[in-house]
Parts: sequence; structure tokens; C-alpha cells
Amino acid sequence: MKQFDYVRPATVAEAVAAAAQPGAVYLAAGTNLLDLMKGGVSRPDRLVDVTHLEGLDQIEHLADGSLRIGALVSNADLAHDAKFAKSYPAVAEALLSGASAQLRNAATVGGNLLQRTRCAYFYDTASSCNKREAGSGCDARDGENRTHAVLGWSESCIATNPSDFCVPLVALDAIVEIEGRNGRREIALDALHRLPGDTPERDSALEPGDLIVAVRLPAAARGFAAHARYLKVRERTSYAFAVVSAAAALQIENGKITEARLALGGVAAKPWRARAAEDVLKGVAPTADAFQEAAWRALSDAKPSGDNAFKIELARRIVVRALTLAAAGTPVRLPALPASPFASISGAIHV
Amino acid sequence: MNHSISLTVNGARRDFVLDDPRVTLLDLLRERFHLTGTKKGCDRGQCGACTVLVDGKRINSCLALAISHDGADILTIEGVARGDQLHPVQAAFIAHDGFQCGFCTPGQIMSAIGMMQEAQAGNDPERIRECMSGNLCRCGAYAGIVDAVLEAQAGADETNQRRSA
Repeated sequence: MKQFDYVRPATVAEAVAAAAQPGAVYLAAGTNLLDLMKGGVSRPDRLVDVTHLEGLDQIEHLADGSLRIGALVSNADLAHDAKFAKSYPAVAEALLSGASAQLRNAATVGGNLLQRTRCAYFYDTASSCNKREAGSGCDARDGENRTHAVLGWSESCIATNPSDFCVPLVALDAIVEIEGRNGRREIALDALHRLPGDTPERDSALEPGDLIVAVRLPAAARGFAAHARYLKVRERTSYAFAVVSAAAALQIENGKITEARLALGGVAAKPWRARAAEDVLKGVAPTADAFQEAAWRALSDAKPSGDNAFKIELARRIVVRALTLAAAGTPVRLPALPASPFASISGAIHV
Repeated sequence: MNHSISLTVNGARRDFVLDDPRVTLLDLLRERFHLTGTKKGCDRGQCGACTVLVDGKRINSCLALAISHDGADILTIEGVARGDQLHPVQAAFIAHDGFQCGFCTPGQIMSAIGMMQEAQAGNDPERIRECMSGNLCRCGAYAGIVDAVLEAQAGADETNQRRSA
């Protein structure tokens, strides 16, 4: 690991100033960053440790019905917060389907949003990767790419965003609060992650020094608590990243869907909100036909980036199944295997 | 640059100076404090052999910088027994053959202790397997590990019942 300077700021303002310097990065739990540093993928000159900052580890239920999650809340503390899990069950399910218990205990909300891709060519410093080193090429294009992107990719980069947490968050219109050199601002989570285009080296809309201090869920996000699920296909039953995942959230009144939210994971460089699919679900009955139609809409722009055409059909089926599970109702208790197609709880149709 | 750090490790306070911020909590425990019960398996957060409790919660010590954990309370496998009396999870691993080569065992035991405190799995074998999925065992002693955790959990439940009775 390359040598670096370690800085422990006392305030958010100090942190922003320290991290705005070239070569500086923030350190939260480090569960992704240290791994990248050990492999020589990330080579920062300075680590700005934000874990000792006060006031960033709160879960606040605000008067307007929205929820504010501090950036330093751990993935486990958030998922196991009973009030949170009851109000936003698909988010809790997504969190618990990610990583391992040890990693969830350490990993933070802010860090989860900013985790880097798991593309093997990004991790292998002997390979060409435009994301790791701008302009160096993309060995994934002609490499082992069966798990790579099928939406929003470019000739420069076909990597996917690995976050589970972000998938239901983007479906529920989450907002990201950012402290930067010019003060506080907020953006939609949907606008945080960038598609690669010809600048895949930039993962997000953040500028140097920008620190995510909180994530907010608007009041409307609670309206889906009765019909919200996250479903995730992995290459093994547990402790693996998504091949494809989907978050589905519905509001159903008198046998009709009044509001629908749908987002996909593992398919693009960002959590993929499927608004066209949501539009066709609004006002119709929650039937298999309606869900099939939504699935076709969700993947209508998809195209393989390599040996991964199967992911398009897989994603359609996961969409149908996630919507079916959501329509059946949020289970009182999460299944033993959160988000797993092999979960033993009944209610799933096998597609 | 030197950094003065203070940790509590297995109940004892340790004040020391770190001359390199790159030292992980795992390497600090093994190389500096000679607490070699905590194992270095993959060193990349994938195997769980390095699991310790930090402020009561299980984490991968290989993906934690020691310097960032200034002030933390660390529990390692060396700190779980009471003298010659094994921790109930240790005893259960022996009773149920929850290991073969033993390399993953300290991490498995620390993870199981952390999991029981999290109280998410209870006595459901499927939930225990899921909640222990961050600990790999290359010998494949999983069946014995799950049995050991079930017995330890049953013992803890009994103790709790007696206390509340």
C-alpha cells in the first residue's frame, strides 16, 4: 500500500478543506477503500478520516414525514432499526442482502453510496481500465464480461454499480445532502452516479472536497411500506454482489395500482430507475400481464455489452417476480435469506 | 509522522505510538501485540478469519485501519475465556466438532459471539447460516459450526430465562 498522510478533522468544514486538496480522499469505515488501496487500485496521498466527526450518525424522523439518515450510520444499524425497517422494508431488505454481517457492521451509508465498481479489470492493475486510468482502454470489452452492464454503458466502460442499498433508495426518490467548498447543497440520488460516456473515470457528480453528510427519504417514500420488496440474483446464495436485482414498491387501492416504483441493480453504472415501467403500472390491476409489460418497458433500451445477453431476460424475470412479491405484500418478518429467490417464505411465483 | 493511539484490548488499556498510518487493526493485534489468535486469511475482507469485536460489534479487522479506531474497545479470541473456563461458544465448537484444521475457528467463534449479541438469527439454522456467511471454512465444517452455534444459543436462551424468572 502506498504511503499516505492521515488527517482527522474536528469539524465538517475542516474535513471539506482537507479533502479538497489534490490526492485526498475521505476515509469512513474503509471496507471498500482499504481493499482498493491494498490492491494498488486507489493510491491516495492523504486520507481524511471522517469517522470521528460528531452528528453524522443519527437516524432522524423529521416533522414533515421525511427521514434523514446520517452518512456515518452503519448499514447494519440502519437495517436493524425497527422503525426504519417497518417504514422502508425494501431498503432494509436490500441492505441485509449485501456483503456480510461483519462488513455491514462497519460499512457506512455514505460509503455505500460511493463504493466503486467490482469489475475485475478495474481491480486488476495489470489490465487496461478507463475508469481506473483515463484513456488506457477497456479490457472488459473483450474479456470476461458476463456480469457487466446491459444499460447505459459506453464503448469506454461497461462496469456496473455494485450497491444494493442504492436500488430501493433511487426508486423512493432519495435525496443526497452534500457539504462542499461552497456550502451545503442537495441532489437527487438519481443524479449522484454518472453513466460512463467517454469519462468513466468520474463515478459521480461530486466535486473535490464534497462530503455526503446525509441521505433523505421524502415523506411519500413511506407510502409504499405495505408493498415493497428487493430481489437479488447472486452467483451464490449469500455474501455476493448482484448479477441482477430489482426493487419494487407499489401502492394498491381497490384492486388497482395507484403508484409504482421500480429500479434495477447490477445492470448499469448507476442504480437504474425504470420510470417507463412505472408509468404503465399506474392505474392498472396488479396482474401478471401488467408486470410482464412493465418488465418489457424496463429493459426496452437494454443491449448486451459482451457475453451477457442473458442478463436482459434475467432482469425481465426479476422485475416480474419482484413486482409479484411486492403486490403480495411486505412480509411481517424478512425471510431468512433477504432478497433471495431461494428464500423459503411463500408468495413467489417461479418464473 | 507519529500518532499516539489508545485502545482497550481484551479489557486492558493499551497506549502506543503508530509510526505508520497504514497498519490495519489485524496487523496491530498480531504483529505488535502478538495476539496471533486472530488470523490473516485473505486480508481483503472476504473470508472472516480476522473477525474481532469492536465496541461489541463484529468486524473484519483486516479492513480497519488501527489509527482510525483510536479509543475503541477490542475483543479478540484471546479475551473470551474466563481463565481456564471456556466461553460457551468455544465449548460448543469442541462439543460439535465445529472445525477441522482450525484456521477459521477464531473468526468463526468471534463472529458467532457477535451474532448472538445482534439477536437477529435466534435458533433458526437457516438464519444462522445466513448471518454467519461472512466466515468461510475451507475444510467445510459448516454443519458442526451451525450445530455449535445452535447449542450456544440454546444455552444463552436458558440463562436469560433463568435471569428473568
